[in-house]
Amino acid sequence: MNWAIIEFPGSNCGPDCVYVVEKVLKHKATLLWHTEKKIPSVDAIILPGGFSYGDYLRSGAMAALSNIMGAVKEAARLGVPILGICNGFQILCESKLLPGALITNRCSRFICSPIYLRVETNESIFTSLFYSGEVIQIPIAHGKGCFYADPQTIQKMESEGQILFCYCDANGNISQQSNPNGSLRNIAGIRNLKGNILGLMPHPERASENEFGSVDGKKIFQSVFSYIEAKKGKLLPC
Amino acid sequence: MKTSNEGLSTENGEVLEELKSFGLSFDEYQRLVQLLGRVPTRAEMALIGVMWSEHCCYKSSKRELKKLPTTGKRVLVKAGEENAGVVDLGNGWAVVFKIESHNHPSAVEPFQGAATGVGGIFRDIFTMGARPVCFMNSLRFGEIRAEKTTQASHNAFLLRNVVAGIAHYGNCVGVPTVGGELAFDSSYEGNPLVNVFCLGVVRVDRIQRGKAEGIGNPVFIAGSKTGRDGLKGAAFASRKLEGHKTEDRYSVQIADPFMGRILMSACLELFQEAGVVVGIQDMGAAGLICSTSETASRAKRGMEINLDNVPVREADMLAEEILLSESQERMLLIIHKDKVDRAKAIFAKWDVPFTQIGQVIEEEKLCFYHRGKKAIELSPDLIVHQAPVYELPATEPLLTNSSFPPLEKIPQPIDYKAFLLAFAALPQNSSREWIYRQFDYLVGLHAIEEPGADAAVLRVFLGNEQVRLAATLDGNGRYCGIDPYNGAKIAVAEAIRNLSVVGALPLGITDNLNFADPKNSLVYWQFKETIRGIAEACRFFDIPVTGGNVSFYNYSKDGAILPTPVIGAVGLIETDKPIPKLSFQHPGETIVLLGGWGEGLQGSLYLQERLGITGNQLPWFHLEAEKKHNEVLRLLISEGLLSTAHDLSEGGLALALIESVGSGRKKLGCSIVFPTNRRLDELLFNEAGARTIVSVPKNKLSAVLWNCQHKGLEAVVIGEVLEDYVLRLHYGEESIELKGTEIEKSWKNGLDALLSTTEDYGGA
Repeated sequence: MNWAIIEFPGSNCGPDCVYVVEKVLKHKATLLWHTEKKIPSVDAIILPGGFSYGDYLRSGAMAALSNIMGAVKEAARLGVPILGICNGFQILCESKLLPGALITNRCSRFICSPIYLRVETNESIFTSLFYSGEVIQIPIAHGKGCFYADPQTIQKMESEGQILFCYCDANGNISQQSNPNGSLRNIAGIRNLKGNILGLMPHPERASENEFGSVDGKKIFQSVFSYIEAKKGKLLPC
Repeated sequence: MKTSNEGLSTENGEVLEELKSFGLSFDEYQRLVQLLGRVPTRAEMALIGVMWSEHCCYKSSKRELKKLPTTGKRVLVKAGEENAGVVDLGNGWAVVFKIESHNHPSAVEPFQGAATGVGGIFRDIFTMGARPVCFMNSLRFGEIRAEKTTQASHNAFLLRNVVAGIAHYGNCVGVPTVGGELAFDSSYEGNPLVNVFCLGVVRVDRIQRGKAEGIGNPVFIAGSKTGRDGLKGAAFASRKLEGHKTEDRYSVQIADPFMGRILMSACLELFQEAGVVVGIQDMGAAGLICSTSETASRAKRGMEINLDNVPVREADMLAEEILLSESQERMLLIIHKDKVDRAKAIFAKWDVPFTQIGQVIEEEKLCFYHRGKKAIELSPDLIVHQAPVYELPATEPLLTNSSFPPLEKIPQPIDYKAFLLAFAALPQNSSREWIYRQFDYLVGLHAIEEPGADAAVLRVFLGNEQVRLAATLDGNGRYCGIDPYNGAKIAVAEAIRNLSVVGALPLGITDNLNFADPKNSLVYWQFKETIRGIAEACRFFDIPVTGGNVSFYNYSKDGAILPTPVIGAVGLIETDKPIPKLSFQHPGETIVLLGGWGEGLQGSLYLQERLGITGNQLPWFHLEAEKKHNEVLRLLISEGLLSTAHDLSEGGLALALIESVGSGRKKLGCSIVFPTNRRLDELLFNEAGARTIVSVPKNKLSAVLWNCQHKGLEAVVIGEVLEDYVLRLHYGEESIELKGTEIEKSWKNGLDALLSTTEDYGGA
């Protein structure tokens, strides 16, 4: 499977995603520079984390206006799976490919920490290899990861099953105590209505090898892989 | 109005006053007149005043620094030769690392001061051609306890903002901050120490040099525009801070980590193509004048520079202002004249401004043109090599009588449990989690463990290969205040021990020497003794010093700071076996104390905190014992015998146990049995060297004990790892029990309690 990894100036986690795609998943990675106007035929797209354009103006705001985002929007329309991690999530919100916005953490500080997430549903391209309600561990690292949207949007996201990951405690309880950044409804990851775009504040590429204490992040990539394979007619045992 | 081309006035009083404003002494002025053969212009004095400042030319420290061992079979670039030293890793790869201070800027503007400190050391590393792998930091502040007092709350303000500044730069450039150290003492009041360390790796055939070679090769400036920010920052670092002057703020530069990131990306891409970059140097202290003169001097060449081509923020800048500006995120590059288009294409790709400002010439002189005219002409040799070198008087202080009372006169704590919890909650001792949570320590997929361990373990990619490196920063101002010579030896030994605890073989060290005014003979004695100690320890362990930094003129309002050498050590982990962790891992394992119980409470934090006594003696320490201890540790780790290893240092066994229980994600406890023939406080709190607690699976215990016996290292079985989240201490009939939750509340939240302004999230 071929993953396009989009690089903006300051996409610090791009190389980490390339590493996980090539060395851990043993898939192909195609690096694409932000000036490109077209995306070659790929199976899925990753918008990696980092500080694109130094977070100037607002996180993700400048990258949302880049050439390549036109091509990403086109790919989105065609149903290509798109995974925005951390800053990639912020870019997807700024591009209006996902609802809501990510604002400064409630404690106002940057937080880098291992974290528990509850998988809200496994009925998605990105979560098919989890159980619904499964508690997983993927670290966060952000200063502006507090998800915000107006009440109607949140309600709609809930009813449409767009909320895929929530911050929780070790037992899967969702509470203020288990909310690292003040996100509404403890939201950590959401999908678009169509279901082919995931925005996720935690970093799955940092939970893909045993050395890092968790391989739960790898399952997100593998879920996408099994979807692509299934679409090609190659069914994998789940 | 006086123009910069005029000489000095002839009135003597005025002369001295003016010289002072340039940072030159009368002797230095006379030296300059002799070297030039004429009276210098104001512009020349401005430049020389900064280039001959302590910060740039090490005039008071140079003679002493020469006493440090700098050679070794792995050393590829020695200390002082280039921007940072380089050590061979084998297989065509090398590691580059260095530590630097940003103390004065952080005192005046903690956020930007600390951020630009990180930026400076970051550029020093990639200037060498290396891809930065990690940052670490060593911080010192005045007391933050009793937050209600103005002093304490100011110190807490400094700490919060220094940490935020480090996080701001490090996180944004995408290099993980993986560890460090922190200590408090009233002598750092108002003058915090902010020492930052960066490590990178480079292919040996891509190591870059700061040499302006090749006549006719064009000279470029890359990165940010040049402005008036940070004018004379080097000079500012070379004197005492005087209160909180608003004007000092102008000496602090503003960080732009995004520009730092793309500047690095562009440079690293450029280095991949051999032969494009002839020479490169970052612009740190004394900006353009320093980088042009040093690169020219290394190549024994000159340069013609047109200052009108330097992109400036303010149009009316004087020639010397452009030359002395310390605006951040700028590099000087000498490009091969046939490869200019390649370089331009790469900088254009990264949107990094890249402008030709001059060329290399044969004659050893620097000609700066400004507004169409030659403004300044100086010899690079005069700037770089003719700076004065001083041998300053050193006076050994009379031994103070604050000697330390006999043990039997010291009362033991009445309530050990309460005392231990209070001890664990001290800012000096408590978990550093409040700090490192703000650092992205995971980016790059290098850091295998959370920060807070004895040494950071890094997975580093060298082409298609992987190696594991270890890095640590250590220093103890309290020890060096008691005895700078032995205190410095202990600092080196502790750094090496921290590497050994993760199974790493030391490759080299970098030192940051933080002191007060070198012209004070008592301070200079401390400085000389410190260097003597570092040199002796390094020779003993056969480890080179690959570079470092000296920071003088550090004062609180009550006097000199404690002499504070900070040692950064880097090691290579040769074994493939799992590295033991800081925390306990498996219930039922046996806990062994390598190096024995230790003795004596002299020099301990326990005495200082309990009785306010520092005394004039250090804890027991022996280099030979350290060496044996390190060898055995590495052997045990290479045979995969240890699950946990944590060295004993400040706070003794007590703090080590609290840390190994409190830091564990598995929430395991331990039970320890103490011998009753000695006082419990002595067993718990003595800081004797060469000791480590390890935990060992039952089936490997005999192998551990056999190895220790065979090598002649004392190993005492002291307890076992418990399933319960509790620290249990048994002393005869008595037993003391600290619940894990109590440890969390005191040790883990010690800093939060003093620093957090809002309620914090605890993490997974």
